[in-house]
Amino acid sequence: MAASEYTMRIWRGDASGGAFCDYRVSVEPGMVVLDAIHRVQATQANDLAVRWNCKAGKCGSCSAEVNGRPRLTCMTRMELFPPGETITVTPMRTFPLIRDLVTDVSFNFGTAKQVPPFQPKPKEPDGTYRMQQEDIDRVQEFHKCIECFLCQNVCHVIRDHPEHKKHFAGPRMFVRYAALEMHPLDTDNRLELLKEKMGLELCNITKCCTEVCPESIHITDNAIIPLKERVVDAYYDPLARVFRKLTGTR
Amino acid sequence: MVENEYETHEFDVIVIGAGGAGLRAAIESSAQGARTALICKSLFGKAHTVMAEGGIAAALGNVYPEDNWKVHFRDTMRGGKFLNNWRMAQLHAQEAPTRVLELEEWGALFDRTEDGHILQRDFGGHRYARLAHVGDRTGLEMIRTLQQRAVRQGIDVFMECTIMRLLTDGDRLSGALAYWRESGKFVVFKAKAIVLATGGIGKTYKITSNSWEYTGDGHSLALWAGADLIDMEFVQFHPTGMVWPPSVRGILVTEGVRGDGGTLKNAQGERFMFKYIPELYRAETAETAEEADRWFTDRSAARRTPDLLPRDEVARAINSEVKAGRGSPHGGVFLDIATRRDPEYIKRRLPSMYHQFKELAGVDITQEPMEVGPTCHYAMGGVRVDADTEAATIQGLYAAGEVAGGMHGANRLGGNSLSDLLVFGQRAGLAAARYALGLTGGVRIDAHQVETLAREALEPFERSDGENPYAIHQDLQECMQSLVGIIRIEGELKQAVDKIVALEDRAKKVRVEGHRQYNPGWHLALDLKSLLAVSKCITLAALERKESRGGHTRDDYPKSDPHFAKINVVLRQKKDQLGVAQEPLPEMPEDLRQLLEEKK
Repeated sequence: MAASEYTMRIWRGDASGGAFCDYRVSVEPGMVVLDAIHRVQATQANDLAVRWNCKAGKCGSCSAEVNGRPRLTCMTRMELFPPGETITVTPMRTFPLIRDLVTDVSFNFGTAKQVPPFQPKPKEPDGTYRMQQEDIDRVQEFHKCIECFLCQNVCHVIRDHPEHKKHFAGPRMFVRYAALEMHPLDTDNRLELLKEKMGLELCNITKCCTEVCPESIHITDNAIIPLKERVVDAYYDPLARVFRKLTGTR
Repeated sequence: MVENEYETHEFDVIVIGAGGAGLRAAIESSAQGARTALICKSLFGKAHTVMAEGGIAAALGNVYPEDNWKVHFRDTMRGGKFLNNWRMAQLHAQEAPTRVLELEEWGALFDRTEDGHILQRDFGGHRYARLAHVGDRTGLEMIRTLQQRAVRQGIDVFMECTIMRLLTDGDRLSGALAYWRESGKFVVFKAKAIVLATGGIGKTYKITSNSWEYTGDGHSLALWAGADLIDMEFVQFHPTGMVWPPSVRGILVTEGVRGDGGTLKNAQGERFMFKYIPELYRAETAETAEEADRWFTDRSAARRTPDLLPRDEVARAINSEVKAGRGSPHGGVFLDIATRRDPEYIKRRLPSMYHQFKELAGVDITQEPMEVGPTCHYAMGGVRVDADTEAATIQGLYAAGEVAGGMHGANRLGGNSLSDLLVFGQRAGLAAARYALGLTGGVRIDAHQVETLAREALEPFERSDGENPYAIHQDLQECMQSLVGIIRIEGELKQAVDKIVALEDRAKKVRVEGHRQYNPGWHLALDLKSLLAVSKCITLAALERKESRGGHTRDDYPKSDPHFAKINVVLRQKKDQLGVAQEPLPEMPEDLRQLLEEKK
């Protein structure tokens, strides 16, 4: 199969401003958007900044917006687009720009630090734990997260309202909270924190996060909604409230 | 004063690299009360460990109660063609189960057996199903678990911060010079002890399963600081990398595919591995397809499939099949699990393989075979360390994980890497912390040294003309791939040395465009120094070892040689002169030697 020509329209610039630059590249069958960017970098713009590590969809470093859609550039094949088309690549919009396609994602590392850690129950007498596969299946789904932060990037709560970043953990961290809350060995309870400090209620379940997840984690259905239900059960269920009053539990 | 001129941080211990080994080392060092920093050149949690697929080898005995550390030790030594540092292999086999259970205590969720224990899977060269795993994304589970543990312990993490050189004060280690990617500014770390956990060297080759980070940084940092490297000639080519389409060539296809029943076939549909069973493994390997298939369900009456021979054997076999004209259309062989296991099983056991082939190659592995071929995967060689403490041959320097040499001898078994990271990461962190806490007085940074290095690093910006760093890197990868690959011969190795010397000259004249802020061209220009240094080490060591063993195959010396069975090839740089020496392997005690000889 022959190579085809594409125009890569890539955002170049930093926090102070920038512009789109067009680069013509020849593309062989099977190439992904990240390959095309690398080709530009190696031959036309050595200083084009792009973050990447594995180029195999496993590390979640190369997130960007391709023709407006948040994607892993290493898993987006050029064949998706008709030959000759102009492909526009921009950095993730929700995070501050560092340079070109690289953004400052430290917000996510900051919210990760606020997650109360795993607190396991005591081990069995033989010094190990017993768990059944069916009890961990759903948590293993959450552990598939590669922290590409595309879900954080696409979430309206912070994409359109940066002021919420102060009190909103975001879909990635809700997946993390769900993984801890549903972990068969964990003994902590993070529901009050989720309700009061992490902005769980700000999520209006539009499922944008689920749609862009490259690991196909059912973020909304399996993580966020069950967490919301638990919060409702714990804080808004009138029967439970009476029960708590009577027994003196939280 | 350096402090006035450069951002400076002071710690007892700095750990360079935040993959499995670096994380485990930092966790241990901080737990010992040492002020510890973790410095990584990518974002936190993106290190190469994240790509590990198949599992962690540990003789937990959950699937086969007859498994124990002695069998694991024996398998490891046989896989390494007896060139391993015996004490490292022993400690590794003994401590891996504890380290795996510790991960579970920290929140990791491994796949389970029927009775709720950690499930273990079959892998090449392991006598029993031994690999604790999470589908085919075990590395991700491990790195997240350790990452979250490190956050819980409040360890200082410096991410996207690249260490350029270790600093010395006289003959004592005093810290390291780094640069921030985001700003391009230099930063000085003062430290009493340094743990190298920088991983491998795969980016010296064109076809590799390794990520952006694998540029031999730790190997070079150690070499330039005067520490010994050993076994650099042993580079593992994983037998199964993707071969098509060209842009994904080299991406790993886990050995778990074969562990879960997949078989290798040539263009004629022949299960060719039966033709390549080496003498060492003959007694315990199936001779017919019928016996091999029976082994998956009945270990008592059948011997293991040759599809699960150690990686060096399988990679060479694939290489021979392709050379003989029996390869697949794109120059690999076929790996078939579609006709052997049902789609549900395949998707459950190998979800990311399913996804990877579907997305990147348009191949449904539940319906059709994969095309696979060898890909540069792992460096067995590395920094020479003391087995118990991971101390390098210069004071205050430690190395753990892939950057350390010795543990895997001439060839690493699959699954022994993740366990290596944990076992020796923990030991290195412990020893480094104890050493640092025991030192009195501070360390002194030599301002002149920092100045010189900083000036050198900026030179590529000052040249008005000069070469593109990407072109030099590409030529180096071509050279290593074609001349220092799976099969080696003296003439080609000598040619490679000449080419590397020429590339070193070109690299001195490299030019970088733009400014210092997040500039990948500049970053590569700096990386070229370490890429070239490790390439030279690999090539010189490969010339020195005039025999074939494990990951080192010489066309001109096709047999193993009893002389080299007792030798480590050592590389040492003194006053800019790189020397190669043959030094005796540590002597194994008699009781351990007997474990190797027991038949079973």
